[in-house]
Amino acid sequence: MSIYVNIKKKVGSFQLDVQFEAGHETLALLGDSGCGKSMTLRCIAGVVTPDEGVIRINGETVFDSERKINLKPQQRRVGYLFQNYALFPNMTVLRNIMAGMERKKGLSKAQRRERAMEYVSRLRLDRLEDHYPSQLSGGQQQRAALARMLASHPALILLDEPFSALDATLHWEMEQVVRQTINGFDGTAVLVTHNRDEVYRLSDKVAVYLDGRINRFGEKWEIFTDPVTATAARLSGCKNLSPAHWEGDRIVADDWGISFPAQRDDDCVWLGIRAHRFELGDAPGDYAFAYELVESIEDTFSYIYQIRAKDAPAAKLMRWEVEKALHLEVPQTGFVSIPPEELLLLKA
Amino acid sequence: MKSIWDMVLSFDWSPFWISLKTGVVATVICFFLGLFAARKVLRLGPKARAAVDGVLTLPMVMAPTVAGFFLLLLFSLRRPVGAFLYEQMGIKVVQTWLGCIIAASVIAFPLMYRNARAAFEQIDPELVYAARTLGMSEMKIFWRVILPAAGPGVASGTVLTFARALGEYGATSMLAGNIAGKTGTISQKIANVIKDGDYATAGVWVVIMLIIALAIIVVINMVSDGKGRKQNRW
Repeated sequence: MSIYVNIKKKVGSFQLDVQFEAGHETLALLGDSGCGKSMTLRCIAGVVTPDEGVIRINGETVFDSERKINLKPQQRRVGYLFQNYALFPNMTVLRNIMAGMERKKGLSKAQRRERAMEYVSRLRLDRLEDHYPSQLSGGQQQRAALARMLASHPALILLDEPFSALDATLHWEMEQVVRQTINGFDGTAVLVTHNRDEVYRLSDKVAVYLDGRINRFGEKWEIFTDPVTATAARLSGCKNLSPAHWEGDRIVADDWGISFPAQRDDDCVWLGIRAHRFELGDAPGDYAFAYELVESIEDTFSYIYQIRAKDAPAAKLMRWEVEKALHLEVPQTGFVSIPPEELLLLKA
Repeated sequence: MKSIWDMVLSFDWSPFWISLKTGVVATVICFFLGLFAARKVLRLGPKARAAVDGVLTLPMVMAPTVAGFFLLLLFSLRRPVGAFLYEQMGIKVVQTWLGCIIAASVIAFPLMYRNARAAFEQIDPELVYAARTLGMSEMKIFWRVILPAAGPGVASGTVLTFARALGEYGATSMLAGNIAGKTGTISQKIANVIKDGDYATAGVWVVIMLIIALAIIVVINMVSDGKGRKQNRW
């Protein structure tokens, strides 16, 4: 119940170079589009061949460039849920699911049909089995793709941006289906996404991707409480990020025209402040500064205040979010403070 | 009135059957070769692809008589290949129905190949990836996933190939000649009777050819519009 990946692959000017390992758990690959997440999944499934490296699934080497091992995708037993589901348009739901049972030799057609029907009811596709994919809604298509994937009895499952094609209501509904599928699955699951909330709800471990490399790897809670890198901070939802430099024992945020005393670490060249960590203060201090309110925006459940350091009129805006339920009135000018432990000193 | 009836009764239908048989056999040959070539060419690198594609498309672009020239050069009994085929295997291409088939196949092949290639290029690679991860053999993937997905393009390619093979004239007349009842196709018949000033007979064949051509275009339109295909109207 594990996956080990250590691969390099060059496509044009893009270079993928990643190494990670996961056990019987869900690993999320988190990153912007074009950073190599989907490419990694394709290499694991064997539909794309890396230039060099090693891939092991449950201890079995499926790719090793030095030992000249490269199992075909047909031999890898990897379940792959594609972004657009990739259902065969010329086959009914049932035929699609039966296509997932190709590896099962020695089953009669009637037996295949019977087993496929089990997956039909398991994913609540009853009475849709004779429909073609084009006759199904987005959620139903995804159920069908999940059923087909599970029917192939995979040793590992790969989910490529499973909810990106769904609207918000369906997103939530399908997330429950996918979560139950992952929880009921005896093996490793790898989830590709750029949505931090999905990561938080679905995964155990996170690999943060940046330009084809893993920028940060760790347990989910680690990444969210202590992101360490600017990319991990941004992808885990930190709205305020500024390049920074050190002046003695003070870190200076270049974009915002403010500085704070901190434990000097020359590797830290970014400063991050989460949008809901600002507090209304009443006096200047080490961790407080005078602000002016530039704009206030009403969001669904919060107010978003765009503020700027008062004595730095050319500085970029910072985003301060206050829950509506707090009924906090933010004046036009005043002081704002940040608890020192909430200052994120970040590496590149 | 009587003369028309006499004409119908005594009408020599052999060009129709020769053309039809040639068209069907050449279409079957082109269908498989065209699909095979299209699939192979897609897997080549960009430079090799451009070169190979050029060679495979050539018969469509150049004059059929030029193709006929090369075919004669290859299959003439006085040439090594033609002599070998005749002396070692008893196969004669020049002045035979086999010549009709070869000429029609060579000329019609690019239509099948190019249509198939264009249809294959439109296929979502994820469909093929999905089929592979599900364990389907490459053979099954081709016949059950790729071909149905490329369906309309491949079908219209097949019909166009048939139409071209049916009407082939230039290369056929050079390689197979015009032997009545053996290699005399409709196109050659028309040219022949016009030479003798027999416009009545030529007219009948012209009408037949027009009907076939129209039917083919209607079929292509029906196939490529197909059911379930999204079509923008404005």
